[in-house]
Amino acid sequence: MVLYAKIPNGPLENKWRNYQITSQLINPANKKKLNVIVVGSGLAGAGAAATLAELGYDVKCFCYQDSARRAHSVAAQGGINAAKNYQHDGDSVWRMFYDTLKGGDFRSREANVYRLAELSAPLIDHYVQQGVPFAREYGGVLVNRSFGGVHVQRTFYARGQTGQQLLLAAYSQLYKMKRAKKVQMFPRHEMLDLVVIEGKAKGIVVRDLTTGELKRFAADAVVLATGGYSRVFRLSTLAIGCNGSAIWKAHKRGAFFAAPSFTQIHPTALPQTSEAQSKLTLMSESLRNDGRIWVPKKKDDDRNANAIPEEERDYYLERRYPSFGNLAPRDIASRAAKERIDAGYGVGRLKNAVYLDFKHAIERFGIEIIKDRYGNLFKMYKKITGVDAYEEPMQISPAAHFSMGGLWVDYELMTTIPGLYAIGECNFSDHGANRLGANSLLQASIDGYFVLPNTINNYLANALKEDHPTTEHPEFEKVEKEVAAQINKLLFIKGDKTVDHFHRELGKVMWQECTMSRNKEGLEKAISQIQKIKDAFWKEVNVTGGHHEMNTELEKALRLADFIELGLLMCTDALEREESCGAHFREEHQTSDGEALRHDEKYSYVSAWEYHNGNFKLHKETLEFANVQPTVRSYK
Amino acid sequence: MKVTFKIWRQENAKSNGGFQSYEVDGLTDDMSFLEALDHLNEILVGQNQKTIAYEYDCREGICGQCGVFINGRAHGPLDNITTCQLHMRSFTDGQTIVVEPWRAKAFPVIKDLVVDRSALDNIMEQGGYISAKTGTAPEANAILVGKDVADKAMDAAACIGCGACVASCKNASAALFTAAKINHMNSLPQGKQEAHRRVLEMSRQMELEGFGSCTFTGACEVECPEGISITNIAEMNARRAMAKWHNL
Ligand SMILES: Cc1cc2nc3c(=O)[nH]c(=O)nc-3n(C[C@H](O)[C@H](O)[C@H](O)COP(=O)(O)OP(=O)(O)OC[C@H]3O[C@@H](n4cnc5c(N)ncnc54)[C@H](O)[C@@H]3O)c2cc1C
Ligand code: FES
Repeated sequence: MVLYAKIPNGPLENKWRNYQITSQLINPANKKKLNVIVVGSGLAGAGAAATLAELGYDVKCFCYQDSARRAHSVAAQGGINAAKNYQHDGDSVWRMFYDTLKGGDFRSREANVYRLAELSAPLIDHYVQQGVPFAREYGGVLVNRSFGGVHVQRTFYARGQTGQQLLLAAYSQLYKMKRAKKVQMFPRHEMLDLVVIEGKAKGIVVRDLTTGELKRFAADAVVLATGGYSRVFRLSTLAIGCNGSAIWKAHKRGAFFAAPSFTQIHPTALPQTSEAQSKLTLMSESLRNDGRIWVPKKKDDDRNANAIPEEERDYYLERRYPSFGNLAPRDIASRAAKERIDAGYGVGRLKNAVYLDFKHAIERFGIEIIKDRYGNLFKMYKKITGVDAYEEPMQISPAAHFSMGGLWVDYELMTTIPGLYAIGECNFSDHGANRLGANSLLQASIDGYFVLPNTINNYLANALKEDHPTTEHPEFEKVEKEVAAQINKLLFIKGDKTVDHFHRELGKVMWQECTMSRNKEGLEKAISQIQKIKDAFWKEVNVTGGHHEMNTELEKALRLADFIELGLLMCTDALEREESCGAHFREEHQTSDGEALRHDEKYSYVSAWEYHNGNFKLHKETLEFANVQPTVRSYK
Repeated sequence: MKVTFKIWRQENAKSNGGFQSYEVDGLTDDMSFLEALDHLNEILVGQNQKTIAYEYDCREGICGQCGVFINGRAHGPLDNITTCQLHMRSFTDGQTIVVEPWRAKAFPVIKDLVVDRSALDNIMEQGGYISAKTGTAPEANAILVGKDVADKAMDAAACIGCGACVASCKNASAALFTAAKINHMNSLPQGKQEAHRRVLEMSRQMELEGFGSCTFTGACEVECPEGISITNIAEMNARRAMAKWHNL
């Protein structure tokens, strides 16, 4: 099968406009006859559901939390990028496009990335109008700061709670449309499978998490906006409920999965301190604007951080990457931290951390300015660790954070199943092999508010001519039976191990072999270990409680069953790509000074995997660079 | 570390609930409170028993999904944090820890420690937004917003919607929640057009949902994880009086 990305004609700057000029429109009177299902209520899902409803479609929106306002977008701290050039520091759409493409190590599509940069400025206008209290100068204009991997200040933020404020804006618009009776909201409903009829996505099967009842919903198109899947590592910066189930089930029903192994490991999370730990809390990357990262020059140095004099500190990012220093991109900063920790210079109780120090910034700007910039992050740090970071440096450590990979989508954000769209973090689109900080709130929002509402018409215009699907169709019956069978199977195993036990096992293997540096032997070992975990899980797990009630244990088991299979695909993907690019660092492919070595002649493609009876078949979408020349990504 | 959890168990909304005690060993200081409950649940699975239902998602104090009453206080013994941010180092070895769901008429229990807080969404639906269709916004810097105004709006907007204010109030009032949202939007220039409608409609819905009225005890601001001040309630009342007068 040839993957057709549907990139519009014309020069880069005109592609989106050309697309809009030529795409089909639907008469407003007809839009209300069309139903769209949106799974997810994060920035991507809520933005899409609200906007589609404003346009006149009949929308149903689902999330697993008790309220749409709790989608994990809420947790983003640092900010959102836009090429406004308010700081007069040489920013432009082109520069943002280039930074993003380069940040992704030239493993994404030019046309998509350009559109992302192009639509970023109007997005800020949009959020301001919806009431997002972005940080302001005394004169009343918007403030910006920088994020890793760029030389300009283009990040907008609302204290350390940017994601929360953007999500509340999107959620408020969603509820505005609910009040207008154009959106029906289904919180505490989890999508467990996709229904495909005659090759087209026509609905979903969900479990009502309050009652356990399985329900069917039919629609003319289905949009997945279910967020990232880094909980496959168990310990991550994601919310506990984040899952890969919706996209995994879609994958098994025919949607190709692109670059599954491209995972961002964030350099500044709080370190793991015990086996019982359920999550790693992120400390925003914005801290790297003013904080300096270091480890002691001496191995196993047990002195208190403040007792280590300046000349005995190794500011390794500043040393290795003098041009970007502490603001080196995430993949580079994480790998550099891992290198120091593995070499025995780690600090903290488990020697798995590095220092992030504000001493110099406080001396330079005064404590009040630092409080104004990061006050709530310092407060959060104190709550969790009991340590005052105004007095001594923070301890931070790399953690699984973001899935660049996801369902393969074309320029219209449609997957390989007609009528099935994937938006936000759950697709593979703009970030390539590594995402720049503050670009993913942007991508989720742009996908939901601006792109999908303009591209879905092109498909729905034809759907108008077809019969509306109904949940009486035998395919719905069949899919619901399969879901019920899987649930019953899990409940009847009655083994002697908990779901969490298996999740810890999976997490360990994945973290060890499929994160910051990977190699052939390790990945092959991981695949066989995960296979064993899978067999053991289906024989030995114990899921107590029943099907027809609220059962959080069952929810966890269903999610884990999918994570295990997804883990297999991630390792398979990492194994296949015999090069290093962005976050994907294969030890066999590095330069003499330990930097990533790309092989453009062979691997300048997006890997898109097809599911076939438990096996994965690779398809390639060749990437063409007509406007920029892929260069070696140097931050030295 | 070893503690005794005394936990409210309730099969579903219709059944009667009651406390059950569990002695739990093998805990450590740096476990979070929810990790201690996870640990208990793994023990229960080992005994083939149903696990205890409690809520969480982000586990970093921002989503607002967690929240239980611990030894008589919303979100436990510390001021201004969420349940998920509470650590076992705040308890002592051998202590008995009583855990209950939020108690409020407007928050019916679904199961064990899980309650239904959709009443808060219903309040938001009645005007907790600025009517601005996608694609209609002016240039962001065209309308200036002073730093003091933006900061004050942000103070109110920080609400995570956990419901601790309701749970800790003897009248089960949702005044702090509602006030925070109204003041966030009404203080920004973008929110001014609908300011009067917003305050009237949202506060009316608050009453319809069965929340009690506020008598300014101040209990809510102590438990609010974001430390949202009760001066917000006075401000809401003033805005409401003005809106009524305006609508005369
Ligand atoms: C701690 C943290 C900090 C971050 N900080 C930043 C930052 O500063 N800047 C930045 O740009 N990006 C940041 N990111 C990344 C960014 O927040 C996310 O990529 C983005 O918010 C994802 O949005 P989304 O709408 O795709 O998904 P989400 O917001 O995760 O929403 C997913 C939705 O899908 C629903 N869902 C999931 N599975 C199912 C299912 N099976 N059935 C039904 N519903 C389901 C959920 O209920 C939820 O509503 C951060 C991420 C994390 C984890
Ligand atoms: S779990 Fe999100 S606030 Fe506690």
